[in-house]
Amino acid sequence: MDPIISVRNLNKIYSSGFQALNDVSVDIHRGEIFALLGPNGAGKTTLISVICGITNPSSGEVIADGVNIVKDFRAARKLIGLVPQELTTDAFESVWATVNFSRGLFGKAPDPAYIERILRSLSLWDKKDNRIMELSGGMKRRVLIAKALSHEPKILFLDEPTAGVDVELRRDMWELVRKLRDEGVTIILTTHYIEEAEEMADRIGVISKGRIVLVEDKTALMNQLGKKQLTLHLQQPLEAVPEELSEYELELTEEGHSLVYTFDVHASETGIGEILRKLNDRGIDFKDLKSTQSSLEEIFVDLVRSAHEKEVVGA
Amino acid sequence: MNLHAIRAIYKFEMARTWRTLMQSIASPVISTSLYFVVFGSAIGSRMISIDGISYGAFIIPGLIMLSLLTESISNASFGIYMPKFTGTIYEILSAPVSAIEIVIGYVGAAATKSVVLGLLILATARLFVDFEVAHPLWMFSFLVLTAVTFSLFGFIIGVWADGFEKLQIIPMMVVTPLTFLGGSFYSINMLPPVWQTITLFNPVVYLISGFRWSFYGVADVHIGISVGMTFVFMLICLTAIWWIFKTGYRLKD
Repeated sequence: MDPIISVRNLNKIYSSGFQALNDVSVDIHRGEIFALLGPNGAGKTTLISVICGITNPSSGEVIADGVNIVKDFRAARKLIGLVPQELTTDAFESVWATVNFSRGLFGKAPDPAYIERILRSLSLWDKKDNRIMELSGGMKRRVLIAKALSHEPKILFLDEPTAGVDVELRRDMWELVRKLRDEGVTIILTTHYIEEAEEMADRIGVISKGRIVLVEDKTALMNQLGKKQLTLHLQQPLEAVPEELSEYELELTEEGHSLVYTFDVHASETGIGEILRKLNDRGIDFKDLKSTQSSLEEIFVDLVRSAHEKEVVGA
Repeated sequence: MNLHAIRAIYKFEMARTWRTLMQSIASPVISTSLYFVVFGSAIGSRMISIDGISYGAFIIPGLIMLSLLTESISNASFGIYMPKFTGTIYEILSAPVSAIEIVIGYVGAAATKSVVLGLLILATARLFVDFEVAHPLWMFSFLVLTAVTFSLFGFIIGVWADGFEKLQIIPMMVVTPLTFLGGSFYSINMLPPVWQTITLFNPVVYLISGFRWSFYGVADVHIGISVGMTFVFMLICLTAIWWIFKTGYRLKD
């Protein structure tokens, strides 16, 4: 697929000597929602800052829609909108003035009708004459989105867009992001909320200690790495897993009241039928059963942990 | 050239002036008026004329220069420091604007405010003292040149400052003393010869002398040297700003 952003061998070493990005290479596909996940200090914001021109890279290159972001910064930056993590706003400015300021800054002629459309779509029209300091945190976040969209970017970076935002507003934002994607805007978001990535992303990138650990289609990732668990709630508690079931990955929990079987969702034979049959043969009855699939959060934690373990072994 | 960006920055900065009208315009005009009342009318009426100019009229160029220098620095340094302080600088850095466009926007707005302020003080002075402007075109050119040069200097201070205290240090501890000692209230010819020589190391002497020449046709140093020294200082400021944007000093890591 034609990448709209291509990052190649990107390194960033801060003046303190801290290496925030370590040979990062990643492609962002046109029109997708790409979620960049990683623990605090993993390099998510640094990567965004380099692509947007806020931080100088130490080496490597970034191509945005065929344009080098350093050599032809004007053309590249016109394509990109950024919603920063912090609520950084001009407290004394009105909503209308600050959004129009952003449009001008990105080289676009004034277009009051377009700005009105954005403000209406973000439920900010009623607040257009309010000073930003008078707005709630959620409203300020919307103002930042309006500013980022004011110059009609093809690529939108959302750095922790729903941090500190209530559930209702979060749902509204997810809706807005999907709408933007449907309009052809490529979205790259960083988030701590795995639920957010799981809900919205087409593809997921995991970054840890400045390295890209994995980039994968979300569904494929969950299928590949996701484990499924079958939990049987027993009529009578067991003291140990029966001998004849020792070949299966079974575990007793809740003081022997539950038997948990972890299996590979893609295996040709999951073994469930065999387990149930053997339990029945032994007269072990169960009153309920449920199956669960590991969440993206568990996958993410596993990935980051194994990346750290590899690093420790390598050292 | 991203003219829309220059316009946006300029308009944004000018809007800040209107929001803070008392602080930006009224306050310097009032404080300068007090100088005219005290030094021009009250004390000045009992002092002898200097180079054939009444004392009240003699101090007008110096007083305008005093406000022009401090306000140019203050306006420009505050203009670029605030986005750094609030974090909104991310938007400037990620926008398709070159260094020169950023500087034109911020410095242009700061210099405009200072020139307007200088003209307002000039008009205010008329209420207290009688004076003529011998070379109005030169006077206006000097006003603009000095406002632009010291706004560039203020821009550098705004980038350098990492706290509000640093923002004030240079204007209060360096520029104001240099202006007072640069001939705002006296002709350097009134000083003993040794101090006259030492005073010539003060760059503000050339600004005030040149500006006073545009009013009354008399100067402590030749007008050509005054203009030359102002351009030299401007060149130094431009070089420093070029270096700031080239290295990303205190703007980008």
